[in-house]
Amino acid sequence: MIAEIGHYALILALLASLAQAFFGLIGAARNHDSWVATVRPAVTVQFLMTTLALAVLVVAFVQNDFSVEYVAANSNSALPVGYRIAAVWGAHEGSLLLWAWILVAWTFAVAALSKRLPAGFAARVLGVLGLVSLGFHAFTLFTSNPFLRLDPAAPDGRDLNPLLQDPALAAHPPMLYAGYVGFAVAFAFACAAMLEGRLDQTWARWTRPWTTVAWAFLSIGIALGSWWAYYELGWGGYWFWDPVENASFMPWLVGTALIHSLAVTEKRGLFKSWTLLLAILAFSLSLLGTFLVRSGVLVSVHSFAADPTRGMFILAFLVIVIGGALTLYAWRAPLLRSEAGFEFTARESFLLFNNILLVVAAGAVFAGTMAPLISDALGLGTLSVGRQYFDPVFLLPTLPLLALAAVGIHSSWKKGRLGERRKAILLTLVVGVLVAVVLVLGAWEGAMLLTPIGFALGIWLMLSALVDPIDRWRRGLSLSRGVVGMAIAHAALGLFTISITAVESYTRERDLALAVGETGQVGEFEYRLRDLRAVEGPNYDALRGEIVVYENGREIGLLHPEKRNYWVQRQVMTEAGIDMQLTRDIFAALGEDLGAGRWSVRAQVRPLINYVWLAAFLMALGGVIATTDRRYRQESAG
Amino acid sequence: MTPRQRRITLVVGILAGVSLAGVLALNAFRDNVMFFFDPSQVAAGEAPIEKRFRLGGMVRPGNVNRQAGSLDMSFVVTDFKQDVKVVYSGVVPDLFRENQGVVAHGRLGKDGTFVADEILAKHDENYMPPEVARAIKEKGGGVMPVNPDHASPPRT
Repeated sequence: MIAEIGHYALILALLASLAQAFFGLIGAARNHDSWVATVRPAVTVQFLMTTLALAVLVVAFVQNDFSVEYVAANSNSALPVGYRIAAVWGAHEGSLLLWAWILVAWTFAVAALSKRLPAGFAARVLGVLGLVSLGFHAFTLFTSNPFLRLDPAAPDGRDLNPLLQDPALAAHPPMLYAGYVGFAVAFAFACAAMLEGRLDQTWARWTRPWTTVAWAFLSIGIALGSWWAYYELGWGGYWFWDPVENASFMPWLVGTALIHSLAVTEKRGLFKSWTLLLAILAFSLSLLGTFLVRSGVLVSVHSFAADPTRGMFILAFLVIVIGGALTLYAWRAPLLRSEAGFEFTARESFLLFNNILLVVAAGAVFAGTMAPLISDALGLGTLSVGRQYFDPVFLLPTLPLLALAAVGIHSSWKKGRLGERRKAILLTLVVGVLVAVVLVLGAWEGAMLLTPIGFALGIWLMLSALVDPIDRWRRGLSLSRGVVGMAIAHAALGLFTISITAVESYTRERDLALAVGETGQVGEFEYRLRDLRAVEGPNYDALRGEIVVYENGREIGLLHPEKRNYWVQRQVMTEAGIDMQLTRDIFAALGEDLGAGRWSVRAQVRPLINYVWLAAFLMALGGVIATTDRRYRQESAG
Repeated sequence: MTPRQRRITLVVGILAGVSLAGVLALNAFRDNVMFFFDPSQVAAGEAPIEKRFRLGGMVRPGNVNRQAGSLDMSFVVTDFKQDVKVVYSGVVPDLFRENQGVVAHGRLGKDGTFVADEILAKHDENYMPPEVARAIKEKGGGVMPVNPDHASPPRT
């Protein structure tokens, strides 16, 4: 019975989204106040119904209701309760429902916090959001319904994919979706501005906090996914330029450009049509990401189903949303020209170049991600694009971007006035270069041409970001949350650069063949397999190794890698043993039985790798702090 | 410079920069893209010698050889028409096993042996790399063993 309640609630949510879209868009266009007044109640109904549907699915999972096909396919009675809840979004149908719920939750928040916006404008924003959720509800109901029954009911479920039984991965999709879907809000604001034919600095002030929060969620989502891949896949890498990773990274790059472009639109009333285009692009890439990942075009752990009707549906949806928005843009954007000058060294220039470089980087990633699909579709042969392509074409625009950020952070609006800050710029640069040189001389082995460059840029940027807040603090001036958030995010980007440079330059890795009691050499480290024994978990049995790691004869780490065998799906899983230390990670993963008592062991020592993810979290934190700035609360909060 | 000239300079500069980036990306693309070949194409001499490419097919049963206690191994990739011998040294993925789809990155030696530096067998038990599935289907290679060993327990 309960699954039918969820199904029914989802149908009601679809109808409510239809009402929301219709009354919001048509009501605002015709100036019918009573129609416009219907929009907020429609949002509330939609939110309650979608929440009910999601809650029903959660209950079905917690109660092990294997008469529901989706539960039977993705859960098992031996699965711990926490993972049963995470299993709700462990496959295609449920993750779509989660997508829709997050979208509706964002819409609900916009409706609640937008009471100060002009009624017609708010109605248009909510109307556009209603259209998007209409598409997702229809997609869920017609192609991917998680509430379908299984008759007869299964005695037990087929279990959640063991790879997904992990805390970071349980949190990864909700965070990522919150980011993707958050760009829908910026998209809706952009569409509403184009429909009204009016875009002023107040508009940018309304849009900025929503966009920045979405960007922060996306940053955390990507970082969690990368962290998971690092410790769960047993390969020890943190970024593979896998199409699925790129699918979430492209909206992030464009979203980063968008939050910077919005700053210019808010402060100076410039870049208006460019900001609109970026808002459309960021959400389009979010949708494209969903399409790429979910349609089965890209095959990986993320592609839940290779069902062509689903692919066609998303493709059609994509064409309608992107095509519609771009048509609107072509029609309306010329109305929104901005005329104001700025000097070459003004902050506007730096942000312009920031935008160009970020979009070029996103374009390079896009080309590499789509090329195999296009080549395949045109029958030009099956090819694959790997890091040999992505690394250089990504670094080409991003290295200058870091240098520009380090300088641009000192420039002021309209007139650059960089001359007054020359001392700070040069001093931070000199410190960065000196520290980088010392670091590289101290650790020569593994250093490449880019090692000192990366260190210098990272340190330079980090110091530059902190100059202004420290200066203001010392002079007893007020420090707005906006300034603090910006400083944290940029310093975090510096930290990110430093840690990536260290990981890429100084990682020691080797595959070893070890029997119990044997020792293998990995760079200046020694791995000794001390023990190998069978252990048992809640829904798996495992072989557990104990590895001691020495550096120059001194014990520096103790690792417990496991090879797990999950009973239900009969899947073998590598659970890496990682010793997280302040300045490095010591990593080992068990490979396989090589015979003669030996096992293959993947051994790696990676310096500073945890700071890669820490930096991503700090960037997100900076974004969140900046959105709590007082001026947004005065203007946009209800 | 008048504001107009300055704007034109700026636009030209940006265009030049973006085109330069495009040319460099295209270059990087041409040099670093990897093509996929199946064993029949390798046997027909379509695959390059001494240049990296992706070889895909099924791991032929009974031909996975490993020197006991060593990381060195060899196996045979087949599309049920032609075979290619692959040598590799290192840790193989969890889902590498006989009768499963596999993709190997590496170079073809003059003796026709493929020297792999990376072995991919993706995360899902039911997974078959799409190129492999198609290559085998095109060869009409009998049954499509999409999910061959659900019945047998995996090695630990």
